Amino acid sequence: MAPVIQVSSIRKTYGRTVAVDDVTFDVEEGEIFGLIGPNGAGKTTTMECVEGLRRPDRGTISVLSLDPIRDARTLQQKVGVQLQQAQLQKRIKVREAVDLWASLYPRSVDGDALLERLGLADKREAWFMTLSGGQKQRLFIALALIHDPDVVLLDELTTGLDPQARRAIWDLVREIRRRGKTVFLTTHLMEEAERLCDRVAIVERGRVIDSGTPTGLVRRHCPTQTVVLETADASAAEHFQLIPGVDSVTWRDNHCTIRGSGGDLVTHVIQCLAEHRIRVTDFRTELPNLEDVFLTLTGHSIRE
Amino acid sequence: MRALLKLTWLEIKIFVREPMGVFGTVGIPVLVFLIASRLLGPRVARAAIQPGGAVSAVLPVLASILMALSAISSLVTIISIYREGGILKRLRATPLSPTVILSAHVLVKLLFTLITLAIMVLLGRRYFPPGAPVPLFSYAVALTFTTWAILSIGFLIASIVPTARFAQPLAALILYPMVALSGLFFPLDVLPQSLKLLARAMPLAYAVSLLNGIWRGEGWSAHFGEVAALTFFFVVFTAISTRMFRWE
Repeated sequence: MAPVIQVSSIRKTYGRTVAVDDVTFDVEEGEIFGLIGPNGAGKTTTMECVEGLRRPDRGTISVLSLDPIRDARTLQQKVGVQLQQAQLQKRIKVREAVDLWASLYPRSVDGDALLERLGLADKREAWFMTLSGGQKQRLFIALALIHDPDVVLLDELTTGLDPQARRAIWDLVREIRRRGKTVFLTTHLMEEAERLCDRVAIVERGRVIDSGTPTGLVRRHCPTQTVVLETADASAAEHFQLIPGVDSVTWRDNHCTIRGSGGDLVTHVIQCLAEHRIRVTDFRTELPNLEDVFLTLTGHSIRE
Repeated sequence: MRALLKLTWLEIKIFVREPMGVFGTVGIPVLVFLIASRLLGPRVARAAIQPGGAVSAVLPVLASILMALSAISSLVTIISIYREGGILKRLRATPLSPTVILSAHVLVKLLFTLITLAIMVLLGRRYFPPGAPVPLFSYAVALTFTTWAILSIGFLIASIVPTARFAQPLAALILYPMVALSGLFFPLDVLPQSLKLLARAMPLAYAVSLLNGIWRGEGWSAHFGEVAALTFFFVVFTAISTRMFRWE
Protein backbone atom coordinates (compact mmCIF):
# COMPACT_ATOMS: atom_id res chain seq x y z
CA MET A 1 0.00 0.00 0.00
CA ALA A 2 1.53 3.30 -1.13
CA PRO A 3 1.72 6.13 1.40
CA VAL A 4 -1.19 8.60 1.25
CA ILE A 5 1.18 11.55 0.91
CA GLN A 6 4.68 11.27 -0.51
CA VAL A 7 6.94 14.30 -0.46
CA SER A 8 10.40 13.76 -1.88
CA SER A 9 13.26 16.25 -1.93
CA ILE A 10 11.16 19.35 -2.48
CA ARG A 11 12.72 22.78 -2.56
CA LYS A 12 11.02 26.16 -2.74
CA THR A 13 12.63 29.60 -2.82
CA TYR A 14 11.16 33.09 -2.87
CA GLY A 15 13.72 35.32 -4.51
CA ARG A 16 16.86 34.75 -2.46
CA THR A 17 15.03 33.34 0.52
CA VAL A 18 15.09 29.56 0.74
CA ALA A 19 11.77 28.65 2.36
CA VAL A 20 12.10 24.91 1.87
CA ASP A 21 15.56 23.51 1.19
CA ASP A 22 15.16 19.75 1.08
CA VAL A 23 12.11 18.10 2.60
CA THR A 24 11.20 14.42 2.31
CA PHE A 25 8.59 12.44 4.24
CA ASP A 26 5.70 10.00 3.81
CA VAL A 27 2.30 10.04 5.48
CA GLU A 28 0.68 6.63 5.91
CA GLU A 29 -3.02 5.90 5.71
CA GLY A 30 -5.02 6.45 8.90
CA GLU A 31 -2.33 8.19 10.90
CA ILE A 32 -1.92 11.68 12.28
CA PHE A 33 1.38 12.94 10.92
CA GLY A 34 2.89 16.19 12.13
CA LEU A 35 5.43 18.47 10.53
CA ILE A 36 6.95 20.25 13.52
CA GLY A 37 9.46 23.02 13.93
CA PRO A 38 9.76 26.70 14.78
CA ASN A 39 8.02 29.49 12.86
CA GLY A 40 9.74 30.14 9.57
CA ALA A 41 11.15 26.63 9.28
CA GLY A 42 9.23 25.98 6.05
CA LYS A 43 6.26 24.02 7.42
CA THR A 44 3.52 26.14 5.85
CA THR A 45 5.28 26.37 2.50
CA THR A 46 5.59 22.58 2.47
CA MET A 47 1.93 22.25 3.42
CA GLU A 48 0.90 24.66 0.66
CA CYS A 49 2.87 22.65 -1.88
CA VAL A 50 0.98 19.53 -0.73
CA GLU A 51 -2.28 21.49 -1.05
CA GLY A 52 -1.37 22.40 -4.63
CA LEU A 53 -1.40 26.14 -3.84
CA ARG A 54 2.31 26.39 -4.61
CA ARG A 55 4.56 24.60 -7.05
CA PRO A 56 7.88 23.42 -5.62
CA ASP A 57 10.97 24.47 -7.59
CA ARG A 58 12.30 20.94 -7.34
CA GLY A 59 11.24 17.51 -6.09
CA THR A 60 7.96 15.66 -6.35
CA ILE A 61 4.79 15.36 -4.31
CA SER A 62 2.04 12.81 -4.66
CA VAL A 63 -1.21 12.77 -2.71
CA LEU A 64 -3.31 9.61 -3.06
CA SER A 65 -0.98 8.82 -5.98
CA LEU A 66 -2.06 12.04 -7.74
CA ASP A 67 -0.21 15.29 -8.51
CA PRO A 68 -1.43 18.19 -6.31
CA ILE A 69 -1.30 20.72 -9.15
CA ARG A 70 -2.08 18.69 -12.28
CA ASP A 71 -4.86 16.69 -10.59
CA ALA A 72 -6.12 19.57 -8.43
CA ARG A 73 -9.76 19.06 -9.50
CA THR A 74 -9.83 15.39 -8.52
CA LEU A 75 -7.90 15.96 -5.32
CA GLN A 76 -10.21 18.74 -4.15
CA GLN A 77 -12.93 16.12 -3.74
CA LYS A 78 -10.70 13.85 -1.65
CA VAL A 79 -8.70 16.31 0.43
CA GLY A 80 -9.96 18.77 3.04
CA VAL A 81 -7.80 21.75 3.98
CA GLN A 82 -7.59 24.29 6.77
CA LEU A 83 -5.21 27.14 5.98
CA GLN A 84 -3.07 29.00 8.45
CA GLN A 85 -4.61 32.28 9.63
CA ALA A 86 -7.43 32.15 7.10
CA GLN A 87 -10.48 34.31 7.51
CA LEU A 88 -13.92 34.36 5.99
CA GLN A 89 -16.12 37.30 5.10
CA LYS A 90 -16.74 39.18 8.36
CA ARG A 91 -20.50 39.10 8.01
CA ILE A 92 -20.99 35.63 6.57
CA LYS A 93 -23.13 33.42 8.79
CA VAL A 94 -21.77 30.05 9.93
CA ARG A 95 -24.69 28.30 8.22
CA GLU A 96 -24.11 30.20 4.97
CA ALA A 97 -20.43 29.25 4.87
CA VAL A 98 -21.24 25.58 5.43
CA ASP A 99 -24.02 25.69 2.80
CA LEU A 100 -21.76 27.37 0.25
CA TRP A 101 -18.96 24.88 0.80
CA ALA A 102 -21.38 21.94 0.64
CA SER A 103 -22.73 23.21 -2.69
CA LEU A 104 -19.25 23.26 -4.21
CA TYR A 105 -18.75 19.51 -3.98
CA PRO A 106 -20.70 16.74 -5.69
CA ARG A 107 -20.87 14.82 -2.42
CA SER A 108 -21.24 16.33 1.04
CA VAL A 109 -22.16 15.32 4.57
CA ASP A 110 -25.07 16.82 6.52
CA GLY A 111 -23.92 20.33 7.50
CA ASP A 112 -26.15 20.60 10.57
CA ALA A 113 -24.94 17.28 11.95
CA LEU A 114 -21.36 18.37 11.33
CA LEU A 115 -21.87 21.67 13.18
CA GLU A 116 -23.50 19.73 16.00
CA ARG A 117 -20.48 17.42 16.22
CA LEU A 118 -18.11 20.39 16.32
CA GLY A 119 -20.14 22.18 18.99
CA LEU A 120 -21.26 25.01 16.71
CA ALA A 121 -24.97 24.17 16.50
CA ASP A 122 -26.03 27.25 18.46
CA LYS A 123 -23.78 29.47 16.31
CA ARG A 124 -25.46 28.65 13.01
CA GLU A 125 -26.87 32.16 12.57
CA ALA A 126 -23.82 33.98 13.99
CA TRP A 127 -21.62 36.18 11.80
CA PHE A 128 -18.06 34.95 11.34
CA MET A 129 -16.66 38.14 12.96
CA THR A 130 -18.51 37.41 16.20
CA LEU A 131 -16.97 33.95 16.70
CA SER A 132 -14.17 33.32 19.19
CA GLY A 133 -10.81 32.04 17.96
CA GLY A 134 -11.70 28.46 18.91
CA GLN A 135 -15.09 28.68 17.21
CA LYS A 136 -13.50 30.04 14.02
CA GLN A 137 -11.05 27.14 13.96
CA ARG A 138 -13.87 24.67 14.53
CA LEU A 139 -15.76 26.24 11.63
CA PHE A 140 -12.67 25.83 9.44
CA ILE A 141 -12.51 22.19 10.50
CA ALA A 142 -16.18 21.87 9.50
CA LEU A 143 -15.38 23.37 6.08
CA ALA A 144 -12.45 20.98 5.70
CA LEU A 145 -14.71 18.00 6.47
CA ILE A 146 -17.90 19.03 4.64
CA HIS A 147 -17.20 16.86 1.59
CA ASP A 148 -16.13 13.82 3.62
CA PRO A 149 -12.51 13.81 2.40
CA ASP A 150 -10.07 10.91 2.86
CA VAL A 151 -7.18 13.19 3.75
CA VAL A 152 -7.32 16.27 5.99
CA LEU A 153 -4.57 18.92 5.97
CA LEU A 154 -4.43 21.19 9.01
CA ASP A 155 -1.97 24.09 9.15
CA GLU A 156 -1.18 25.51 12.61
CA LEU A 157 -4.61 24.55 13.80
CA THR A 158 -4.44 25.77 17.39
CA THR A 159 -2.13 28.77 17.13
CA GLY A 160 -3.47 31.62 19.22
CA LEU A 161 -6.01 29.51 21.09
CA ASP A 162 -6.23 29.20 24.86
CA PRO A 163 -5.32 25.81 26.39
CA GLN A 164 -8.93 24.77 26.87
CA ALA A 165 -9.93 25.47 23.26
CA ARG A 166 -6.74 23.75 22.16
CA ARG A 167 -7.64 20.54 24.02
CA ALA A 168 -11.13 20.57 22.53
CA ILE A 169 -9.61 20.83 19.04
CA TRP A 170 -7.22 17.94 19.77
CA ASP A 171 -10.20 15.74 20.63
CA LEU A 172 -11.78 16.70 17.30
CA VAL A 173 -8.64 15.78 15.37
CA ARG A 174 -8.47 12.41 17.12
CA GLU A 175 -12.06 11.83 16.12
CA ILE A 176 -11.17 12.55 12.49
CA ARG A 177 -8.57 9.78 12.72
CA ARG A 178 -11.06 7.43 14.36
CA ARG A 179 -13.28 7.88 11.32
CA GLY A 180 -10.49 6.36 9.26
CA LYS A 181 -9.12 9.53 7.70
CA THR A 182 -5.50 10.46 7.31
CA VAL A 183 -4.44 13.71 9.00
CA PHE A 184 -1.39 15.75 8.04
CA LEU A 185 -0.78 18.77 10.26
CA THR A 186 1.87 21.35 11.04
CA THR A 187 2.53 22.81 14.46
CA HIS A 188 5.20 24.67 16.36
CA LEU A 189 3.79 23.41 19.65
CA MET A 190 5.75 20.37 20.79
CA GLU A 191 3.08 19.48 23.33
CA GLU A 192 0.51 19.36 20.54
CA ALA A 193 2.73 17.10 18.45
CA GLU A 194 3.36 14.81 21.39
CA ARG A 195 -0.29 14.48 22.38
CA LEU A 196 -1.72 14.21 18.90
CA CYS A 197 0.70 12.80 16.36
CA ASP A 198 1.44 9.16 15.63
CA ARG A 199 4.56 10.24 13.78
CA VAL A 200 6.36 13.53 13.30
CA ALA A 201 9.07 15.04 11.12
CA ILE A 202 11.14 17.80 12.67
CA VAL A 203 11.90 20.66 10.28
CA GLU A 204 14.59 23.26 10.81
CA ARG A 205 15.63 25.85 8.22
CA GLY A 206 13.83 24.09 5.41
CA ARG A 207 15.23 20.63 6.11
CA VAL A 208 13.86 17.55 7.86
CA ILE A 209 16.40 16.83 10.57
CA ASP A 210 14.73 13.65 11.84
CA SER A 211 11.43 11.83 11.88
CA GLY A 212 9.71 9.03 13.77
CA THR A 213 7.23 8.48 16.57
CA PRO A 214 7.44 11.09 19.36
CA THR A 215 8.52 8.45 21.92
CA GLY A 216 11.01 6.94 19.47
CA LEU A 217 12.62 10.32 18.82
CA VAL A 218 12.88 11.04 22.53
CA ARG A 219 14.42 7.64 23.18
CA ARG A 220 16.90 8.09 20.34
CA HIS A 221 18.09 11.62 21.10
CA CYS A 222 17.35 12.18 24.77
CA PRO A 223 17.72 8.83 26.48
CA THR A 224 18.56 10.36 29.84
CA GLN A 225 15.78 10.21 32.40
CA THR A 226 15.81 11.83 35.79
CA VAL A 227 14.23 10.85 39.09
CA VAL A 228 14.22 13.34 41.95
CA LEU A 229 13.22 12.13 45.39
CA GLU A 230 13.34 13.39 48.95
CA THR A 231 14.46 11.09 51.75
CA ALA A 232 16.18 11.37 55.12
CA ASP A 233 17.85 8.02 54.60
CA ALA A 234 21.50 8.89 53.88
CA SER A 235 22.39 5.33 52.90
CA ALA A 236 19.96 5.37 49.96
CA ALA A 237 22.49 6.91 47.57
CA GLU A 238 24.69 3.84 47.70
CA HIS A 239 21.80 1.61 46.70
CA PHE A 240 20.88 3.92 43.84
CA GLN A 241 24.43 3.79 42.49
CA LEU A 242 24.02 0.07 41.89
CA ILE A 243 20.86 0.36 39.75
CA PRO A 244 21.61 -0.72 36.16
CA GLY A 245 21.75 2.21 33.71
CA VAL A 246 22.33 4.89 36.36
CA ASP A 247 24.86 7.50 35.26
CA SER A 248 24.94 9.78 38.27
CA VAL A 249 23.46 10.23 41.72
CA THR A 250 23.68 13.62 43.38
CA TRP A 251 22.64 14.47 46.90
CA ARG A 252 21.76 17.81 48.38
CA ASP A 253 19.64 18.70 51.44
CA ASN A 254 17.89 15.32 51.56
CA HIS A 255 17.09 15.62 47.84
CA CYS A 256 18.51 12.91 45.68
CA THR A 257 18.74 13.32 41.90
CA ILE A 258 19.22 10.12 39.91
CA ARG A 259 20.09 10.33 36.21
CA GLY A 260 20.27 7.39 33.91
CA SER A 261 19.25 5.94 30.58
CA GLY A 262 17.38 2.88 29.36
CA GLY A 263 13.61 2.73 29.43
CA ASP A 264 13.38 1.06 32.84
CA LEU A 265 15.10 3.61 35.08
CA VAL A 266 11.92 4.66 36.88
CA THR A 267 10.86 1.04 37.49
CA HIS A 268 14.30 0.15 38.81
CA VAL A 269 14.33 3.08 41.21
CA ILE A 270 10.90 2.14 42.57
CA GLN A 271 11.96 -1.51 42.98
CA CYS A 272 15.11 -0.38 44.78
CA LEU A 273 13.09 1.78 47.17
CA ALA A 274 10.80 -1.15 47.97
CA GLU A 275 13.62 -3.64 48.35
CA HIS A 276 15.56 -1.53 50.86
CA ARG A 277 12.46 -0.12 52.55
CA ILE A 278 13.68 3.43 51.94
CA ARG A 279 11.16 5.99 53.16
CA VAL A 280 10.62 8.87 50.70
CA THR A 281 8.63 12.05 51.28
CA ASP A 282 8.61 13.22 47.65
CA PHE A 283 9.10 11.54 44.30
CA ARG A 284 8.96 12.93 40.78
CA THR A 285 10.31 12.13 37.36
CA GLU A 286 11.69 14.45 34.74
CA LEU A 287 11.27 12.79 31.38
CA PRO A 288 12.57 14.42 28.21
CA ASN A 289 10.08 15.43 25.55
CA LEU A 290 10.13 16.61 21.94
CA GLU A 291 11.20 20.04 23.07
CA ASP A 292 14.38 18.50 24.48
CA VAL A 293 14.85 16.53 21.28
CA PHE A 294 14.68 19.76 19.31
CA LEU A 295 17.18 21.40 21.64
CA THR A 296 19.55 18.43 21.32
CA LEU A 297 19.29 18.34 17.53
CA THR A 298 19.59 22.07 16.85
CA GLY A 299 21.38 23.47 19.86
CA HIS A 300 18.64 26.03 20.42
CA SER A 301 15.17 26.04 21.90
CA ILE A 302 12.17 25.94 19.58
CA ARG A 303 10.74 29.01 21.29
CA GLU A 304 13.65 31.28 20.36
CA MET B 1 -22.78 28.85 -13.20
CA ARG B 2 -24.74 27.61 -10.19
CA ALA B 3 -21.72 28.36 -8.00
CA LEU B 4 -21.47 31.88 -9.46
CA LEU B 5 -25.13 32.65 -8.71
CA LYS B 6 -24.88 31.13 -5.24
CA LEU B 7 -21.73 33.08 -4.40
CA THR B 8 -23.15 36.30 -5.89
CA TRP B 9 -26.33 35.98 -3.83
CA LEU B 10 -24.25 35.33 -0.71
CA GLU B 11 -22.02 38.34 -1.40
CA ILE B 12 -25.12 40.53 -1.90
CA LYS B 13 -26.43 39.48 1.52
CA ILE B 14 -23.03 40.07 3.11
CA PHE B 15 -22.76 43.46 1.40
CA VAL B 16 -26.09 44.78 2.70
CA ARG B 17 -25.19 43.70 6.23
CA GLU B 18 -22.65 46.53 6.32
CA PRO B 19 -24.61 49.80 6.37
CA MET B 20 -21.60 52.02 5.62
CA GLY B 21 -20.76 50.09 2.48
CA VAL B 22 -24.29 50.42 1.16
CA PHE B 23 -24.34 54.11 2.04
CA GLY B 24 -21.08 54.70 0.17
CA THR B 25 -22.22 52.82 -2.92
CA VAL B 26 -25.86 53.85 -3.16
CA GLY B 27 -26.29 56.73 -0.72
CA ILE B 28 -23.51 59.08 -1.74
CA PRO B 29 -24.23 59.18 -5.50
CA VAL B 30 -27.96 59.65 -4.77
CA LEU B 31 -27.19 62.41 -2.28
CA VAL B 32 -24.88 64.25 -4.68
CA PHE B 33 -27.50 63.92 -7.38
CA LEU B 34 -30.23 65.31 -5.11
CA ILE B 35 -28.16 68.26 -3.90
CA ALA B 36 -27.06 69.14 -7.42
CA SER B 37 -30.61 68.82 -8.73
CA ARG B 38 -31.93 71.04 -5.94
CA LEU B 39 -29.33 73.73 -6.62
CA LEU B 40 -29.70 73.59 -10.37
CA GLY B 41 -33.24 72.28 -10.37
CA PRO B 42 -35.20 75.25 -11.78
CA ARG B 43 -32.61 75.98 -14.43
CA VAL B 44 -32.34 72.33 -15.40
CA ALA B 45 -36.08 72.11 -15.72
CA ARG B 46 -36.20 75.18 -17.95
CA ALA B 47 -33.23 74.21 -20.05
CA ALA B 48 -33.92 70.49 -19.94
CA ILE B 49 -35.90 70.36 -23.11
CA GLN B 50 -33.39 71.50 -25.65
CA PRO B 51 -34.17 72.52 -29.18
CA GLY B 52 -33.83 68.99 -30.47
CA GLY B 53 -36.30 67.74 -27.88
CA ALA B 54 -33.48 66.05 -25.98
CA VAL B 55 -33.13 66.26 -22.21
CA SER B 56 -29.95 67.70 -20.70
CA ALA B 57 -27.51 64.96 -19.86
CA VAL B 58 -25.18 66.83 -17.51
CA LEU B 59 -26.68 65.74 -14.19
CA PRO B 60 -27.53 62.15 -15.04
CA VAL B 61 -24.12 61.51 -16.58
CA LEU B 62 -22.35 63.14 -13.65
CA ALA B 63 -24.32 60.95 -11.24
CA SER B 64 -23.66 57.87 -13.36
CA ILE B 65 -19.92 58.43 -13.47
CA LEU B 66 -19.96 58.92 -9.69
CA MET B 67 -21.76 55.61 -9.36
CA ALA B 68 -19.25 53.84 -11.55
CA LEU B 69 -16.33 55.36 -9.64
CA SER B 70 -17.73 54.42 -6.26
CA ALA B 71 -18.30 50.91 -7.60
CA ILE B 72 -14.62 50.73 -8.61
CA SER B 73 -13.36 52.06 -5.32
CA SER B 74 -15.63 49.73 -3.37
CA LEU B 75 -14.44 46.79 -5.49
CA VAL B 76 -10.79 47.67 -4.83
CA THR B 77 -11.44 47.93 -1.09
CA ILE B 78 -13.32 44.64 -0.90
CA ILE B 79 -10.73 42.76 -2.94
CA SER B 80 -7.87 44.08 -0.81
CA ILE B 81 -9.67 43.31 2.44
CA TYR B 82 -10.44 39.80 1.16
CA ARG B 83 -6.83 39.35 0.15
CA GLU B 84 -5.40 40.68 3.41
CA GLY B 85 -7.70 38.51 5.49
CA GLY B 86 -6.80 35.37 3.56
CA ILE B 87 -10.40 35.08 2.36
CA LEU B 88 -9.37 34.97 -1.30
CA LYS B 89 -6.83 32.29 -0.52
CA ARG B 90 -9.36 30.22 1.41
CA LEU B 91 -11.91 30.48 -1.41
CA ARG B 92 -9.28 29.56 -3.97
CA ALA B 93 -8.53 26.33 -2.08
CA THR B 94 -12.06 25.15 -2.99
CA PRO B 95 -13.38 23.98 -6.35
CA LEU B 96 -14.48 27.59 -7.02
CA SER B 97 -12.55 28.94 -10.00
CA PRO B 98 -10.78 32.28 -9.54
CA THR B 99 -12.95 33.79 -12.29
CA VAL B 100 -16.10 32.88 -10.38
CA ILE B 101 -14.79 34.39 -7.14
CA LEU B 102 -14.03 37.74 -8.82
CA SER B 103 -17.05 37.74 -11.16
CA ALA B 104 -19.37 37.45 -8.17
CA HIS B 105 -18.07 40.82 -6.95
CA VAL B 106 -18.50 42.40 -10.37
CA LEU B 107 -22.12 41.19 -10.48
CA VAL B 108 -22.78 42.61 -7.01
CA LYS B 109 -21.40 46.00 -8.09
CA LEU B 110 -23.45 46.01 -11.31
CA LEU B 111 -26.61 45.15 -9.40
CA PHE B 112 -26.13 47.99 -6.93
CA THR B 113 -25.29 50.40 -9.75
CA LEU B 114 -28.65 49.57 -11.34
CA ILE B 115 -30.45 49.91 -8.01
CA THR B 116 -28.86 53.35 -7.55
CA LEU B 117 -29.93 54.34 -11.07
CA ALA B 118 -33.49 53.25 -10.33
CA ILE B 119 -33.58 55.32 -7.13
CA MET B 120 -32.25 58.36 -9.00
CA VAL B 121 -34.83 57.99 -11.75
CA LEU B 122 -37.60 57.87 -9.16
CA LEU B 123 -36.26 60.88 -7.24
CA GLY B 124 -35.32 62.76 -10.40
CA ARG B 125 -38.93 62.91 -11.57
CA ARG B 126 -39.36 65.98 -9.41
CA TYR B 127 -36.70 67.85 -11.31
CA PHE B 128 -37.33 66.74 -14.83
CA PRO B 129 -40.43 67.42 -16.81
CA PRO B 130 -42.75 64.43 -17.05
CA GLY B 131 -42.79 62.58 -20.30
CA ALA B 132 -39.30 63.73 -21.22
CA PRO B 133 -38.06 61.55 -24.05
CA VAL B 134 -35.29 59.73 -22.17
CA PRO B 135 -34.48 56.21 -23.37
CA LEU B 136 -34.21 54.79 -19.85
CA PHE B 137 -33.82 51.18 -20.87
CA SER B 138 -31.02 51.91 -23.32
CA TYR B 139 -29.41 54.15 -20.74
CA ALA B 140 -29.50 51.39 -18.11
CA VAL B 141 -27.85 49.05 -20.61
CA ALA B 142 -25.22 51.67 -21.43
CA LEU B 143 -24.51 52.31 -17.76
CA THR B 144 -24.21 48.59 -16.98
CA PHE B 145 -21.87 48.11 -19.93
CA THR B 146 -19.76 51.14 -18.99
CA THR B 147 -19.50 50.15 -15.34
CA TRP B 148 -18.58 46.58 -16.28
CA ALA B 149 -15.86 47.83 -18.64
CA ILE B 150 -14.28 50.29 -16.23
CA LEU B 151 -14.51 47.93 -13.24
CA SER B 152 -11.48 46.31 -14.87
CA ILE B 153 -9.55 49.39 -13.70
CA GLY B 154 -10.59 48.27 -10.24
CA PHE B 155 -8.90 44.90 -10.71
CA LEU B 156 -5.82 46.67 -12.03
CA ILE B 157 -5.68 48.91 -8.94
CA ALA B 158 -6.42 45.91 -6.71
CA SER B 159 -3.44 44.16 -8.28
CA ILE B 160 -1.01 46.91 -7.38
CA VAL B 161 -2.40 48.17 -4.07
CA PRO B 162 -0.18 46.89 -1.25
CA THR B 163 -2.68 46.76 1.65
CA ALA B 164 -6.36 47.46 2.26
CA ARG B 165 -5.46 50.72 3.99
CA PHE B 166 -4.13 52.15 0.71
CA ALA B 167 -7.04 50.93 -1.38
CA GLN B 168 -9.30 53.99 -1.08
CA PRO B 169 -6.59 56.70 -1.40
CA LEU B 170 -4.88 54.96 -4.31
CA ALA B 171 -8.18 54.44 -6.09
CA ALA B 172 -9.00 58.15 -5.61
CA LEU B 173 -5.55 59.19 -6.81
CA ILE B 174 -5.97 57.25 -10.03
CA LEU B 175 -9.65 57.88 -10.66
CA TYR B 176 -10.15 61.59 -9.93
CA PRO B 177 -7.64 62.97 -12.46
CA MET B 178 -9.42 60.77 -14.98
CA VAL B 179 -12.70 62.49 -14.11
CA ALA B 180 -11.16 65.90 -14.78
CA LEU B 181 -10.22 64.81 -18.29
CA SER B 182 -13.39 62.89 -18.99
CA GLY B 183 -15.28 65.65 -20.76
CA LEU B 184 -17.75 65.77 -17.92
CA PHE B 185 -17.06 69.37 -16.91
CA PHE B 186 -15.82 70.89 -20.16
CA PRO B 187 -15.65 69.64 -23.70
CA LEU B 188 -12.41 67.90 -24.59
CA ASP B 189 -12.12 70.04 -27.74
CA VAL B 190 -10.97 73.06 -25.68
CA LEU B 191 -7.94 71.12 -24.40
CA PRO B 192 -4.47 71.47 -25.91
CA GLN B 193 -3.47 68.64 -28.22
CA SER B 194 -1.32 66.78 -25.66
CA LEU B 195 -4.03 66.67 -22.98
CA LYS B 196 -6.58 65.69 -25.59
CA LEU B 197 -4.41 62.67 -26.46
CA LEU B 198 -4.08 61.82 -22.78
CA ALA B 199 -7.84 62.01 -22.32
CA ARG B 200 -8.32 59.68 -25.27
CA ALA B 201 -5.92 57.18 -23.70
CA MET B 202 -8.22 56.82 -20.70
CA PRO B 203 -11.55 55.04 -20.63
CA LEU B 204 -13.63 57.65 -18.81
CA ALA B 205 -13.84 60.01 -21.82
CA TYR B 206 -15.48 57.23 -23.84
CA ALA B 207 -17.77 56.37 -20.94
CA VAL B 208 -18.97 59.97 -20.65
CA SER B 209 -19.44 60.34 -24.38
CA LEU B 210 -21.42 57.09 -24.63
CA LEU B 211 -23.68 57.88 -21.66
CA ASN B 212 -24.22 61.43 -22.96
CA GLY B 213 -25.23 60.24 -26.38
CA ILE B 214 -27.57 57.49 -25.19
CA TRP B 215 -29.29 59.84 -22.74
CA ARG B 216 -29.88 62.32 -25.56
CA GLY B 217 -31.57 59.59 -27.51
CA GLU B 218 -28.85 58.92 -30.06
CA GLY B 219 -28.65 55.40 -31.45
CA TRP B 220 -26.06 52.79 -30.43
CA SER B 221 -24.71 52.74 -33.97
CA ALA B 222 -23.59 56.36 -33.56
CA HIS B 223 -21.48 55.31 -30.59
CA PHE B 224 -19.89 52.17 -31.92
CA GLY B 225 -16.45 53.78 -31.42
CA GLU B 226 -16.99 54.28 -27.68
CA VAL B 227 -18.29 50.72 -27.22
CA ALA B 228 -15.27 49.38 -29.07
CA ALA B 229 -12.87 51.56 -27.06
CA LEU B 230 -14.40 50.52 -23.71
CA THR B 231 -14.28 46.86 -24.72
CA PHE B 232 -10.65 47.34 -25.70
CA PHE B 233 -9.80 48.87 -22.30
CA PHE B 234 -11.63 46.03 -20.58
CA VAL B 235 -9.63 43.41 -22.46
CA VAL B 236 -6.30 45.15 -21.87
CA PHE B 237 -6.87 45.89 -18.17
CA THR B 238 -8.19 42.40 -17.50
CA ALA B 239 -5.24 40.85 -19.31
CA ILE B 240 -2.75 42.93 -17.29
CA SER B 241 -4.45 42.25 -13.96
CA THR B 242 -4.68 38.52 -14.71
CA ARG B 243 -0.90 38.53 -14.91
CA MET B 244 -0.31 40.80 -11.94
CA PHE B 245 -3.11 39.77 -9.60
CA ARG B 246 -2.01 38.55 -6.19
CA TRP B 247 -4.25 36.22 -4.23
CA GLU B 248 -2.46 36.71 -0.93
